[in-house]
Amino acid sequence: MGLVSRGAAEAGLGAASAVDRPGPPDAVPNPIPTPPAEGADLGSSRGPGMVLKAFFPTCCASADSGLLVGRWVPEQSSAVVLAVVHFPFIPIQVKELLAQVQQASQMGVTVLGTWCHRRQEPEESLGHFLEGLGAIFSHKPWFQLCRERGSKSWSCKATRWQGPASPAASGEDQVMLIFYDQRKVLLSQLHPPTALPNCQAGDTTASAGGLAAVFDTVARSEALFQSDRFDEGPVRLSHWQSEGVEASILVELAKWAAGPVCLLLACLLSLISAASACRVFKLWPLSFIWSKLSTCEQLRHRLEQLTLIFSTRKAKNPAQLMRKDLIGQLADALIPVADHVAEELQHLLQWLMGAPAGLKMNRALDQVLGRFFLYHIHLWISYIHLMSPFIERILWHVGLSACLGLTVALSILSDIIALLTFHIYCFYVYGARLYCLKIHGLSSLWRLFRGKKWNVLRQRVDSCSYDLDELFIGTLLFTVLVFLLPTTALYYLVFTLLRLLVVTVQGLIHLLVDLINSLPLYSLGLRLCRPYRLAAGVKFRVLEHETGRPLRLLMQVSIACILPCSLKGLREPA
Amino acid sequence: MEDEQSFSDICGGRLALQRRCYSPSCLEFCLSCPRITLRSLTAVTCTVWLVAYGLFTLCENSMILSAAIFITLLGLLGYLHFVKIDHETLLIIDSLGIQMTSSYASGKESTTFIEMGEVNDVVINEAIYMQKVIYYLCILLKDPVEPHGISQVVPLFQDFGASGFTRQQGTRRGRILTVFHPGLALAVSNSLSRCCRF
Repeated sequence: MGLVSRGAAEAGLGAASAVDRPGPPDAVPNPIPTPPAEGADLGSSRGPGMVLKAFFPTCCASADSGLLVGRWVPEQSSAVVLAVVHFPFIPIQVKELLAQVQQASQMGVTVLGTWCHRRQEPEESLGHFLEGLGAIFSHKPWFQLCRERGSKSWSCKATRWQGPASPAASGEDQVMLIFYDQRKVLLSQLHPPTALPNCQAGDTTASAGGLAAVFDTVARSEALFQSDRFDEGPVRLSHWQSEGVEASILVELAKWAAGPVCLLLACLLSLISAASACRVFKLWPLSFIWSKLSTCEQLRHRLEQLTLIFSTRKAKNPAQLMRKDLIGQLADALIPVADHVAEELQHLLQWLMGAPAGLKMNRALDQVLGRFFLYHIHLWISYIHLMSPFIERILWHVGLSACLGLTVALSILSDIIALLTFHIYCFYVYGARLYCLKIHGLSSLWRLFRGKKWNVLRQRVDSCSYDLDELFIGTLLFTVLVFLLPTTALYYLVFTLLRLLVVTVQGLIHLLVDLINSLPLYSLGLRLCRPYRLAAGVKFRVLEHETGRPLRLLMQVSIACILPCSLKGLREPA
Repeated sequence: MEDEQSFSDICGGRLALQRRCYSPSCLEFCLSCPRITLRSLTAVTCTVWLVAYGLFTLCENSMILSAAIFITLLGLLGYLHFVKIDHETLLIIDSLGIQMTSSYASGKESTTFIEMGEVNDVVINEAIYMQKVIYYLCILLKDPVEPHGISQVVPLFQDFGASGFTRQQGTRRGRILTVFHPGLALAVSNSLSRCCRF
């Protein structure tokens, strides 16, 4: 079963396909290249037994012949090619340029070898010329990459030493070509963070191992990528920016404007933060109200977000809420809803004042409690009717703040519900207080019945001898409370259930707000617009392989998963 | 060089291992699972629709049938995209690293690449699964803090549950194996030991 060929191939590079390799099927191929006999002659050390790797940028695959410029990492036995210097050039100028780049980037950039992009069979003169270059720019090992124009066959030789040695000398090693996209590698910022200021000038490969060294090399050689082919410099380079350094006039303008705008916004936000942090708001009644109103929590959250990032994305744009007719409709609908709720409550109280569910209530207490709550509702309704002319304007101003996001609008809704059902909350508090008092009284008198007492000092129940009159009054009160218990308990139960209903609705709204807050919208946006910011590691693909040719791999930057689901295949390499 | 062998996983399903050698320093192992069969697909679809039809006769609401169709379609798409793995590939590149790719039936691929510098060792580990002992191949990663310690164990070919295979004889850790018949782990770990010098 062969690998299914994937979609768009890179320019000049093909998809992998199965190729039969000659040889007996059970033979174990010898992967360890024999080390050259002259180990002491080697100018550069290499990792023990490692195969030679050459990292080649994909943008240079179609460039004209020239010199390969880059960095040799001996510990990894890999050569990272950064650019190609085209003919004609003067060797002195090339060396000067490299010295400049070396100084700017604190990294050893040298000429690594030659690159030959030709039409047909090599001309003898070109071949000798290329070999002669090896004498001018001495580097061990010296790479000779070659590609035929219009075909996918590459060849790569790496020689250990120069000189009039025969080509079949044991100085040639097997090379593995790995293609990488310079722009993506630079933008993904997979390289380790910038070195500490107290490190010496020179290679700092001690801490950067493996592929991190490659990324580090590419990231630090910005100075080499500054010149494009429109420059009139002495040396003509080919790299990812050689068609023109990436820039945009809009970006430049935005950069100019960004400074003052950011400053202004920062001042404004700091003023607001300072105002909200002043001591007045921390006093008890106000701080209690702030903590109860979910709008304040959400506004605070929003303020924090804005101070961190100036361009917070809106979860949803509720621009419709600011239209007058919708606000009017909402305001018109609000009053009848409040009336309806109050009416339902009145029905409920009438039912309680009768014989609810067949239970027989204590008539006097029933009437008292019922009338008390009914009066409350009456007050509430008058209040709402008093406020009705202003509701629309209040709602409109409140709706303005919904431009801060759907979550703020939901929080405001939650607060409106809380305010509208304030009377239910009051009833619950009254009922709960009465019930609580009754239960405390009952428990205390029950202890009296049994001849015990609660010892406050010792926080336990002690026995106590009561006088006769104490016992008498205690028993009377106990009886009264016990017979009034069902009434109070029923009122308590009903109002607790109502309160639970309101709390459930508010809780659902808060859940929704939390859900929206935790949506990875920022990551989704990044994924769409700038996927390289979510880069997490690399992946390799084997390209078309022919026997006798070097192995070619394509290195791509892989994007991390934005949702924290258990995709076992994706993890960040250290 | 390519060769193909077939094995069976711990649940009895058929697996095919294909080994491909691109160069002396690059090896690839591809483990493939049988495709989704028409019989199982038909069975699941019929079950779902029978249940939906049963509900429909109870409730007389035609929305149930539409909902059943949607559920079947979405469930199938989700299964193909998130659950059903077509093949898993292990690519070993000398002195670069080890890459594991899982390809799902819908074409999605998820890749993990482990650099050679992070790999401590490749071992065959034992696990008790239900009533038998299975062996699976896993990579031990180095601990950045302690040079000889192990920070993480990464099982290979995990999504199949297939790397576990039953065998007759015992096995020792690492590269020295006495295996009764050429097994999955032998093929892979021998190649790994040749390719990765650690």
